[in-house]
Amino acid sequence: MGLLAYGDTGWGDELFFATLMTIAVAAAAIFIGFFLAAIFASFKLSKIKILNLIGSFYTTVFRGVPELLVIYLFFFGGSGAVMYVARIFGYDGYIEVNAFITGAFSIGIISGAYSTEVFRGAIQSINRGQFEASKVLGLKKKIYYYKIIIPQMLRLAIPNISNVWQITLKDTSLISVTGLVEIMRQSYIAAGSTRDPLFFYSFAAVLYLFLTFLSMRIFNKLEKHYSKGY
Amino acid sequence: MDLDFAIEHFPRLLKAAKLTIELTLLSLFFGIFVGVFFAILRTSKNRALFFISYYYSYILRGTPLLVQIFIIYFGLAQLEWIRESFLWVFLKEPYTCAILAFTLNTGAYSSEIFRSAFETINKGLVEAAKGLGLSKINVFFKIKLPIAIRQSLPAYGNEMILMLKGTSLASTVTLLDLTGVAKHIISTTFRPVEVFIVAGSIYLLMTFIIHNFIKFLEKKYSY
Repeated sequence: MGLLAYGDTGWGDELFFATLMTIAVAAAAIFIGFFLAAIFASFKLSKIKILNLIGSFYTTVFRGVPELLVIYLFFFGGSGAVMYVARIFGYDGYIEVNAFITGAFSIGIISGAYSTEVFRGAIQSINRGQFEASKVLGLKKKIYYYKIIIPQMLRLAIPNISNVWQITLKDTSLISVTGLVEIMRQSYIAAGSTRDPLFFYSFAAVLYLFLTFLSMRIFNKLEKHYSKGY
Repeated sequence: MDLDFAIEHFPRLLKAAKLTIELTLLSLFFGIFVGVFFAILRTSKNRALFFISYYYSYILRGTPLLVQIFIIYFGLAQLEWIRESFLWVFLKEPYTCAILAFTLNTGAYSSEIFRSAFETINKGLVEAAKGLGLSKINVFFKIKLPIAIRQSLPAYGNEMILMLKGTSLASTVTLLDLTGVAKHIISTTFRPVEVFIVAGSIYLLMTFIIHNFIKFLEKKYSY
């Protein structure tokens, strides 16, 4: 257990901060994903053919291509893309995109593809009468979306959002290839310097299990909370 | 997008896809046995067997595949008794380690799929079969298994696609599968977009084939 000591002698503190980093990246990724999902789910439900097509293209590509390949695209292509945009605005210097942002965006875009399907399914499962009733009552579109549709949608979507969160959390382990020091990367470093990979990778597995277990508990509570009125 | 560059590297990526297909098919093949085995344990009335199966799938589904590969490839090599046993012939090779990790992983997911398929079988059918005097083995192979297979097809199709994507992690243990070769080309030429489009299209083609294959089976076995 000396290996896990807190401070200079062990890896306890490093692994603790690495766990926080994993949570931070996963949280950033899932919010980026929600944002994208809100856009692309509305595309998929739109009556305009071209928007449907764009929505389907997004979900098909990012659910069909391996996560690692997407990460490599952003890792090697991220700086190039940012510099290209910067050049349009007249900045010619070198810009390096930070590993956290690269990771959060690549995992976020993948997570968004899964969330899009979840959101779309949840909106579709809401009774059409709800939309009609809101219209008849003269509610503005913005108000009935925020007050009527989204709260109901959330309740239906929670179990699936929980699934997407678990996938996203586990996908963050892949960002370790870009050098961001999250659980996997930190274990890799510790395993290398102590020559005890079995212990550190097993401990990483325990940390992930703990995180997935904890999130399951939280989502179960949320689900109960939001289905109170039913 | 440089079309010539994409065309130039297409054959190399296509060749690498062979390893991806190989890893996917082998892992899925062995994974079915692992899955059925643990699904049967899950329905067992013996508490110990039930818990073994429950925690097996809980642990493998609750941790990233990357951790599992690393434990098998880097971790097990540390144990002396493994290096001295006959298992070392297999465990020193990244290829067999990757297949072992994928098999155990997909086995856990499929065991859940098969279990829920077995649970949803109409009890009346099983009772009818027993009433007709079929033996236990016959009830399993002639009644339960075919129904369970049909039930689990849609979910299993998803699992096949997840496994196909999962094999990309083989590149982290030095194997040159489609993702491994793609990464190599990207890091030597710094052309991420072209390589992503070509390699991504090959992956999408494979997902498309799996998707349609499952649809075909669903139609064939629908009742």
